Amino acid sequence: MSENADRMRSYRRAALTLITVAALYEITARSGYFPRVLLPTIPTIARTLFDMLLDGSMILHALYTFYRVLFGFGLAIVVALPLGILMGRYRAVEGFFLPLASALMPIPSLAWVPVFILWFGLGNTTTVLVVFYAATFPMLLNTWSGVRSVNPIWLRSAGAMGADENAMFWKVIIPGASPFIITGMRQSFLRAWIAVVGAEMIAASSWGLGWVIFDAKEFLNTDIMMASLAVIGCIGFVFERLVFGSLERATIQRWGMVRAAKS
Amino acid sequence: MPHIEIRDISLIYDTPSGSVPGVQGVSFSIEPSEFLCIVGPSGCGKSTLLNIIAGFLTPTGGEIKIGGKIITGHGMDRGVVFQDFAQLFPWRTALGNVAFGLEMKGMGKAEREEIALQQLRLVKLEKFVRSYPHHLSGGMQQRVAIARALAYNPAVLLMDEPFAALDALTRDDMQRLLAEVWRETKKTVIYVTHNVAEAVYLADRVVVMTPHPGTVKIEVPIRLARPRDPLSVEFLDYQKELLRHLGGGAVKA
Repeated sequence: MSENADRMRSYRRAALTLITVAALYEITARSGYFPRVLLPTIPTIARTLFDMLLDGSMILHALYTFYRVLFGFGLAIVVALPLGILMGRYRAVEGFFLPLASALMPIPSLAWVPVFILWFGLGNTTTVLVVFYAATFPMLLNTWSGVRSVNPIWLRSAGAMGADENAMFWKVIIPGASPFIITGMRQSFLRAWIAVVGAEMIAASSWGLGWVIFDAKEFLNTDIMMASLAVIGCIGFVFERLVFGSLERATIQRWGMVRAAKS
Repeated sequence: MPHIEIRDISLIYDTPSGSVPGVQGVSFSIEPSEFLCIVGPSGCGKSTLLNIIAGFLTPTGGEIKIGGKIITGHGMDRGVVFQDFAQLFPWRTALGNVAFGLEMKGMGKAEREEIALQQLRLVKLEKFVRSYPHHLSGGMQQRVAIARALAYNPAVLLMDEPFAALDALTRDDMQRLLAEVWRETKKTVIYVTHNVAEAVYLADRVVVMTPHPGTVKIEVPIRLARPRDPLSVEFLDYQKELLRHLGGGAVKA
């Protein structure tokens, strides 16, 4: 019962924040200090969003963006998770890849867009690669830290019970490092989501939420821009709370490896 | 033939201030199904010695034979229980933890869970089969750890102060339970402790170790009928005897 009450209270708080911010925006938009065309009111944005959802264009844009994010994010996980584990476990792998990661990490993923366009042209390949670039490093570093923080007594117990290197990887190190791995996935997804919109602005043609925003600028369609921003925010929010939130509750929170925050 | 023979084991640590002997020239043997306690003050090398027997540490001298064969590294002929409650895998239920060793042997799911369940029954935890470790008390977690070490049926059980972090009442219960488990399973047990009463309660024979360097001072067989009464005169006499041996090796500053 108290858990339900807690949840209701947290929903109410979140709603209060959103309503306050929306009201302030609406007051500013209607104040007349700024041209209406640059600062559309919320009902205008809502109507545009509704129309674009109805004719399917917004859904298609979102699907394109979503596809690029998931592809790049998935690729990043497939590369960074095993590499991070190997880096955490073997000194030689760490010695080779850590300087590389340290050198590449500070380069903003968007700085690669012009280079990738020359190499791969406009379109999906370039955007997916930019997403991949952005998402790899948080995953890599978190996994690497996670493996190094696995309690040595688990390795010792597993070794005493006859675990070979393969079992050690899958049945001890990965679950043992899971609080870090899940944090890494969360950060990766966020970076991927940020990178995809930027990459689409420059490298995509005709489809994608980033492209819509950029394209709308040409015609001063601020309502379309705002509507797309709202969609970007919503999808990111849903993913962050629902997907990663449930993943966390079903694993590390259930296992007592992390606790829920105090209410 | 003794089950375990420890012959002239030494382990010298290299530290910045020179080499320090952790254990030096330790020899004794253990009979099959014997319950042997190693008692000594902290720093006497008793845990180091246990870790060498478990195969986690390599001695710098001497050899250990189990069943006539010299050991190198750890093996499934030995089950290990540590002091730290964190030894259980938090991401596995009690049953999943106990079944781990059998899983490593490649046993099928149904069969290994059946055996794991039997082991949990042995330590009286059949009601907590599906619980995750963080929902169990310290004593229960240590019982799961014992069941886990027994599940793949090693001939030797190595225990490193498994009850030292428990409160006194729980510790008494756990000692009784362990004595029962040992009687039923007939394992050869090497049990490290700094608690003299615990050693007298559990052991067939007590090896007393003294520090700087870690050596065996004396072996004391405990000739008391089981189950033992910790308040009997004979029990207290054994305690006094062990304390006397330990007193001689106390830190001289």
